[in-house]
Amino acid sequence: MKITQISVFLENRKGRLFDVCSLLGDNNINIRALTIAETESFGVLRIVVDKSDVAVKLLKDSGFVANLTHVVAVEVGDKPGGLAAVLKVFADNDVNIEYMYGFVEKFSDKALLVFRFADTDLAQQILAKNDIKVVTEKEIEGL
Amino acid sequence: MDIPYWNKEIETADRATLEKIQLERLRKTISSAIRSPFYKRMLGEVGISSGDDIKSLNDLRRIPFTTKDDLRKSFPKGMMAVDMEQVVRIHSSSGTTGIPTVIYFSMEDIKNWTDLLARCIVSTGATSKDVFQNMMTYGLFTGGLGLHYGAEAVGMTIIPIGGGNTKRQIKVMKDFQTTVLHITPSYLLHIHSKLGDVGISRDELAISKAFVGAEPHSENTRLKIQELLNIDAYNSYGLSELNGPGVAFECVYKKDMHVWEDAYIVEIIDSETGEVLEDGREGEVVLTNLVRHAMPILRYKTRDLAFLHPDKCECGRTHRRLSRILGRTDDMLIINGVNVFPSQIEEKIMQIPEVGTNYQIHVDKKGSLDRLTVKVEIYPKLFMGEASQLDALKNRIKEELRSSIVINAVVELHEPGALPVSEGKAQRVVDQRSKL
Repeated sequence: MKITQISVFLENRKGRLFDVCSLLGDNNINIRALTIAETESFGVLRIVVDKSDVAVKLLKDSGFVANLTHVVAVEVGDKPGGLAAVLKVFADNDVNIEYMYGFVEKFSDKALLVFRFADTDLAQQILAKNDIKVVTEKEIEGL
Repeated sequence: MDIPYWNKEIETADRATLEKIQLERLRKTISSAIRSPFYKRMLGEVGISSGDDIKSLNDLRRIPFTTKDDLRKSFPKGMMAVDMEQVVRIHSSSGTTGIPTVIYFSMEDIKNWTDLLARCIVSTGATSKDVFQNMMTYGLFTGGLGLHYGAEAVGMTIIPIGGGNTKRQIKVMKDFQTTVLHITPSYLLHIHSKLGDVGISRDELAISKAFVGAEPHSENTRLKIQELLNIDAYNSYGLSELNGPGVAFECVYKKDMHVWEDAYIVEIIDSETGEVLEDGREGEVVLTNLVRHAMPILRYKTRDLAFLHPDKCECGRTHRRLSRILGRTDDMLIINGVNVFPSQIEEKIMQIPEVGTNYQIHVDKKGSLDRLTVKVEIYPKLFMGEASQLDALKNRIKEELRSSIVINAVVELHEPGALPVSEGKAQRVVDQRSKL
């Protein structure tokens, strides 16, 4: 099950990240997971929120350059070797990861990680075949 | 294709006829010019005391060039060739860069200028059925009033809105179903980026043509305008010293601008030596008024760099075509010893689809070396959400600039609307080296 991630282009200007976060906060949108891909002159903020359609419209209407990307939220055992076990499944099955980052909260007693795969469909098949739990958009809204 | 003309006889006159008209009008112009203190002295120094001393068009080369500096030094009346009573209009440069320059028009001059603009408008295929939104500033600047008079002669429905107030401009375009715009290219791109803010979509507008001028721009900027707005954009050339718009304009073929050679003598020269270059070679544009008598200007060095096409246009007009302005003799940047024209940078960056509608060129010093920074706004619809895509874009721009102007530029990507825009002429180049 894919979930939606919002990417926001941030130019190198003071207060730009604050602008995004306060806009979302003022509109009662909750950020569930977040990471920033940074270069020397700009950044791309990646977020998973509870109401992604509302959020992306809000951002675009406010002049931000934003886009939706499909990612997969995967449950990983919160213990030594938990992540390695999942990564081994990917490695054994030639599933390439472009990037990953962690959720703020937990959904169960397991840790929750966001993965962006080179081939999302392939990754989903492999995850299902190996009984690795992925989290749905609905579950994230209720998180 | 059915070619529209305003004055077919003169627009398609053969070379010999055109040159005969030019010689006749040049003699008359010189006889007028010599009544001004400036030209009385200048022409006296080269032994010309009346138009009769001009035997052929080649004699034009006996006359020295007139420069912007001459105009400034002659402020306010040094080049005036008639009594103030005969002057019906004054136009003037803003003088923001120093002493203003002023141009005087007689009733006859305005009539002649209007006729040239009507030719320009009709040559693009625009007609009296069009609704014309004139978004150039009215007032002392020649751009607004010049096209206004031409459009009125053609019988278009004119909306004399002038420059600025973007939201109102877009609303007016919708309310009156404007079909033709007159606007600077940078402002037109700005208007495009603001359509969403006003809540009006392109589909609600009826625009089909834009006359873009008052600002040199590249072919890629034109293509971008045409693609983003789905209109035809026609390049317009003129300068207030020589009346304003209407010196040269593109016809329906949009393959550079016909110079109205019965109204202007155009020469392309080597700016350093003053040598007149043959058609096809790039140099400084030099213009001589042939149909302005309150204040004629002879052999004016425009500081604009361009070339004349040696071949004929498919439209049948015999008046030669002037290329886009490729640069200005005075806007050349020297960056670590390399000569760079901002137009070269624009040409390269505007061909990249992910580049948005605005850019700025900064030059400063880093240690003892010059540093060129090119700031571009990205085109939001093409952002796919990946930082790697933006990195690739940055590198592509760097690479394009490295291969074309041989300079390692710093490239900055910006959000749309982040770079300054003026509701008129754009400030594209910021050179901070002198202040440091």
